[in-house]
Amino acid sequence: MRLRRVDLVAALVTLLLAWLVVYPILIVAGEASNGAAIHAFLSRPGEWAALWASVWISLVSVILAAAIGIPLAFLFEWFDFPGRKTLGALIALPVVLPPLVGVIAFLFLYGESGFIARAIQAALHLDNAPWRLQGAAAILLVHAYSMYVYFYLFMRAGLAKLDVSMLEAAQALGADRRTTLWRVIVPLLRPSLIGAAILTFMTALGSFSAPYIFGGGFRVMTTQIVATKLNGDRPLAMVETVALAVVAIAGLLILRRTEGDDILVALGKGIAPRPRPIRRTGVRWLATGAGWGLAVLLLLPHLTLILVSLVPYGAWTTEILPPVINLDNYRRLFSEAERLRPMWNSFWMAGVSTLLAVALAIVGGWLVVRRRVAWRRAIEGLLALPWALPGTVFAIALATTFSVRAPLALRFVLVGTVVLLPLAYLVRALPLTGRGILASYRQLDPALEEAAASLGAGRWRTFARVTLPQLRPGLAAGASLAFVAGLGDIVASIVLYTFETRPVSIEILSSLRLDETGVAAAFGVVLMLVSAIVLSVGARR
Amino acid sequence: MTPPSTAFLQVQAIEKRWSDGVVIGPITLDIARGEILALLGPSGSGKTTMLRLLAGFEGADGGRIAVADEDVTSVPPARRRFGMVFQHYALFPHLDVGDNVGFGLAGSRERGAVATKIAQALTLVDLAGFERRKVHELSGGQQQRVALARALAPEPRVLLLDEPLSNLDPALRERTRHELRAVIKRVDITTVFVTHEQEEAFDLGDRIAVLNQGRLEQAGTPDELYERPANLFVATFVGRANVFHGAAAKALGGAATRNGVVVVRPERLRFGHAGVPGIVRERRYTGAAAFFVVEGDDHERFEVLAEPDAAQVGERVYVEATRVIAW
Repeated sequence: MRLRRVDLVAALVTLLLAWLVVYPILIVAGEASNGAAIHAFLSRPGEWAALWASVWISLVSVILAAAIGIPLAFLFEWFDFPGRKTLGALIALPVVLPPLVGVIAFLFLYGESGFIARAIQAALHLDNAPWRLQGAAAILLVHAYSMYVYFYLFMRAGLAKLDVSMLEAAQALGADRRTTLWRVIVPLLRPSLIGAAILTFMTALGSFSAPYIFGGGFRVMTTQIVATKLNGDRPLAMVETVALAVVAIAGLLILRRTEGDDILVALGKGIAPRPRPIRRTGVRWLATGAGWGLAVLLLLPHLTLILVSLVPYGAWTTEILPPVINLDNYRRLFSEAERLRPMWNSFWMAGVSTLLAVALAIVGGWLVVRRRVAWRRAIEGLLALPWALPGTVFAIALATTFSVRAPLALRFVLVGTVVLLPLAYLVRALPLTGRGILASYRQLDPALEEAAASLGAGRWRTFARVTLPQLRPGLAAGASLAFVAGLGDIVASIVLYTFETRPVSIEILSSLRLDETGVAAAFGVVLMLVSAIVLSVGARR
Repeated sequence: MTPPSTAFLQVQAIEKRWSDGVVIGPITLDIARGEILALLGPSGSGKTTMLRLLAGFEGADGGRIAVADEDVTSVPPARRRFGMVFQHYALFPHLDVGDNVGFGLAGSRERGAVATKIAQALTLVDLAGFERRKVHELSGGQQQRVALARALAPEPRVLLLDEPLSNLDPALRERTRHELRAVIKRVDITTVFVTHEQEEAFDLGDRIAVLNQGRLEQAGTPDELYERPANLFVATFVGRANVFHGAAAKALGGAATRNGVVVVRPERLRFGHAGVPGIVRERRYTGAAAFFVVEGDDHERFEVLAEPDAAQVGERVYVEATRVIAW
């Protein structure tokens, strides 16, 4: 058989993806097969403690996030009370805080010199701060705050798809409320539940900012790897990276096994139950009050961040409320070349990596869905793979692979160049753009493209006028997530940045180290606002 | 009707071999300029593949397609200048009605001329002034007409329709069928359409090509197919048919049959004093006439179309044929 051009493209795309996504991991695995390093890893209790901490922190994060997110989803999807709509949107707000920004907001709010601790200290005339925000509890607090959103959003989507006639059928068959809940609702929502649990587990396992800032002596695997790397013990870092990767894959496989049939999702096609107004006045006021109280609690970090960003350097020492408020920090942010640099870096690196990830996902979607090439499973798997591994694993893998010059082995020295960090963002962006664009491609009726062709439109005109507009929802959603992830990234950046390419997250860390909290907060506010705008544009139908 | 002498669209021994062993063709068909040809067949007969081969969405594994003596077998769809109406219309949901209809008009023409063309195409399908409507605001019948206007606007050489009426509810289908035929005849465009419904094929098509399991069984006018089917498949697929074997076949006067099978249309059977004996089991009244289900002595059942009072349920009757189809 003649070699078709599409097969050539498929082969090239597969190789490119494999080179980006699999090859660096294999290099790390190769370097990790080092007897001494493995022995060191196995014999040090600190290593085991970090690995175990990663696992249990992730599991408890799932439980906490579920405990907050699931009841909220039921409350907002099934019951009606004053302010339900506004609150329902506000409650997803932790999403617009990039991980590092969320962490520093928590620091300013609940930290030992934070807003609340200071207020209590002043109110009770204490000599010292009433608590220290440190260790596992602090990490879990941040995780619960930022990750309940996954459960909340997944469960609301699942509940919205639940067919009210199925609940009525259960009642008609004589099932009471409890039976209906356990025999009908929970099984139908299982895919949403497991989906949220997997997402939370993977995010918590890969979480870096919270353990880095709040961990103190308490290490999880991500911070342990970066510390080892900074100490220069490269072989040990390789073994640690492989250990984290193995835990991630194992966790993913175990959670996937509980997923069951997705036939259940396909069934949910009916009309969702209407939200019921809460009739009893007392309960209604309670729900409303609790809802608004919660909204304030959820918005406090955002508000604190904004407040701190308005306080000029050194102006706020022991007072409860800042004595001076102005835009000094923002002025410095946008006028000092040294501060503009990281901002520009973050924007262009996130932008370029997002564009490339979108382009690769479109080509991949075309090959997988439309042309159904022989390698389609490989392409789809490669696009999704980076999601299954923590960002730290990829950062270390890229740093290792591209610090050696061996052109024949497709290894080049990219460490220290401007290329490496965008490349790392690109790898992390692939699953986000890939999933959105592939899903849109699958929903795209091939007859639309055929119709365009039969009307005389060539390949490019068909793509620009028909395919691209139809892919837009999935593309915009994936691209906005990818851009926001790149913009706020710290996991890959902290391993791979150079002075020239330092992004905003690194600048925030160094501002904090210099006690320039106002500037750090101002950076955080900028990231927060840009993320919010980009995400809301991306979510538009 | 005599077969067309001048073929505008020629299909010569066209063939498609799918990887799973299914083979469509070789099929040879000549379609005259301005003729409406129906591709009729059960699902899996290859009629949709035939249409997609004509449109160029599938590449042929053998044979040749020519329009006005120009070989288009390997011309891509975009340059074939065949208009197509898709089964689910495939209207672009992100474009309004006017932009959908104007999609095929882009190019060198100036904007004013394009707008005029769009207006003309919409007027043709009785949707004048619908340019700025959203596609999803239209009813199923209106969407179908927009799809037709879009296909006709670039003035294609051949119009292809894939199950054009299958998406409409039955009440609308008959009226739309007549409107569709009127528009096609007004434009005077050579048309090929796919259907699995005999009534639609008869009503809309000038000529019908019956396909079965990838083969062309017969091509002809509705009268030819009904009165002189080429084989047992066409006889039973097109129109109601009673199939008689053995003694019954002989009794109906099919002495000349080669394979001992005789086909008789219900209206070509009548109750008489000799012929095939049987008992009336059922009577279905349709108004002008009634269908009588008769069970013969060998337990074969067949249908007789006769005057409503020609027989009673339970009555013993003799059935004779006024015209038989045999090979």
